[in-house]
Amino acid sequence: MKSFTYERATTPADAAGIVASNPGARFLGGGTNLLDLMKLEIETPTHLVDVQDLKLDRIEPTEAGGLRIGAFVTNTALASDERVRRDYGVLSRAIVAGASGQLRNKATTAGNLLQRTRCPYFYDTNQPCNKRKPGSGCAAIGGYSRQLAVIGSSDACIATYPGDMAVAMRVLDATVETVRADGKTRSIPIGSFHTLPGDTPERDNALDHGELITAVTLPRPVGGTHVYRKVRDRASYAFALVSVAAIVQRDGSGRAAFGGVAHRPWRVEAAEAAMPRGAVEMSNAVFADARPTDDNAFKIPLATRTLAAVLAEVKP
Amino acid sequence: MGSETFQLSRREMLMSSATTAAVSSFASETAEAAPPVKAVPTYKVAMTVNGASQTLTLDPRTTLLDALREHLHLTGTKKGCDHGQCGACTVIVNGERINACLSLAVQHQGDAVTTIEGLGTPERLHPMQAAFVKHDGYQCGYCTPGQICSAVSVLEEIKRGIPSHAQADLMAAPKPTGAEMRERMSGNICRCGAYSNIVDAMADVAGARA
Repeated sequence: MKSFTYERATTPADAAGIVASNPGARFLGGGTNLLDLMKLEIETPTHLVDVQDLKLDRIEPTEAGGLRIGAFVTNTALASDERVRRDYGVLSRAIVAGASGQLRNKATTAGNLLQRTRCPYFYDTNQPCNKRKPGSGCAAIGGYSRQLAVIGSSDACIATYPGDMAVAMRVLDATVETVRADGKTRSIPIGSFHTLPGDTPERDNALDHGELITAVTLPRPVGGTHVYRKVRDRASYAFALVSVAAIVQRDGSGRAAFGGVAHRPWRVEAAEAAMPRGAVEMSNAVFADARPTDDNAFKIPLATRTLAAVLAEVKP
Repeated sequence: MGSETFQLSRREMLMSSATTAAVSSFASETAEAAPPVKAVPTYKVAMTVNGASQTLTLDPRTTLLDALREHLHLTGTKKGCDHGQCGACTVIVNGERINACLSLAVQHQGDAVTTIEGLGTPERLHPMQAAFVKHDGYQCGYCTPGQICSAVSVLEEIKRGIPSHAQADLMAAPKPTGAEMRERMSGNICRCGAYSNIVDAMADVAGARA
């Protein structure tokens, strides 16, 4: 691990200011992904700004009838919150489908949104990777791509966003709240928070350097049956090959977002009108623009079948 | 700090003098271009470990795991993968289990840490330690301290109503069933494959059937 200096910020704007003024600085939340990457020297920050003292660890009701989840709320605390289990079950389900108990006790809400891809070529510093080292090339294209993206990818990058929590937040229409060094705040809809790789795969999201996530807000509950179905190579503690976060109403209408298939949680709102007519029609619309590799083409029928299983499960 | 005694071995002594020699000859040849050798920054961190107050002065790169093992000489907590994948380093911080390898010691100012050494002693085993012995919940024993810290926390998490992937109804109180314990223990890998005996040991402590 490269040497770095460490400090604890006292307010969100203070934290944003310190990081914004230092290109080598990074925020430190739980650290469960960042420290892993620092040990491998994939991330080499020169200064860490610990955000644990910013009092961002509460879940509070909003005036709009929703919930405001502090950026530092742990995955365990969020999944366990009674309001979340009752009104936003898909979020609790997605969180407990990811990582291990130890990691969920430490991982934060903001950190989970910011976790980086698990593409094996991003992790192997001997390989070219446009995300890790812009302009070096992509070893995943034409390489071992079984776990990688089938849609929304580019000629520069076929990495996937690895998380589960954000897939549920996408189907819940969450909003990411941030603050910048000058104290200005921003509300970013979750659908435009994670970016597509395009020709700048080094970017994972819409944040500027030094912009700090302070909270994620959920709108008023929409009712319905909440399901998170994750398909993976082992039954627990593995990343998704494909996952489906769905909220289905009694009349068969609903919403669904897919994990494990793209550089961001994948949701096509226009395809949701097809949900009452079944998984095949909806999935065909969701994956119309897919560009899978030979290794990962299986993910598309797998996504269709996972959605079919979800719809069968919620049928009254 | 009696437990923080630092002894330089003959090998480390030779290594450090060789480094010094190499640096100084490099510096003399490129006197103008050479940047000054930066001192590694250190930070003071105070925490309670197994009930005892400890104050350490550490390079911020030091993980909680390395602070426990290398600075406090509490070698019960094991380093397996050092990347949060195996669970051998599991310790309990402020009542919650975490991977000590994926946490910097400086993040734990003021925290209360419990390691396997703090759960029980050879004379007075923690009930989970006794159950692991009774049910043969290990072979080589390397993952065992992490398994036991995790197992103790899992039963506590079930009592506190923390949900899991194995739960059918998110609003119902979880129960210490075999399926629950297997799911909740998935962050602890056992190369010897003692899993079924570990679940038996946990069920014994929980007063349930695996």
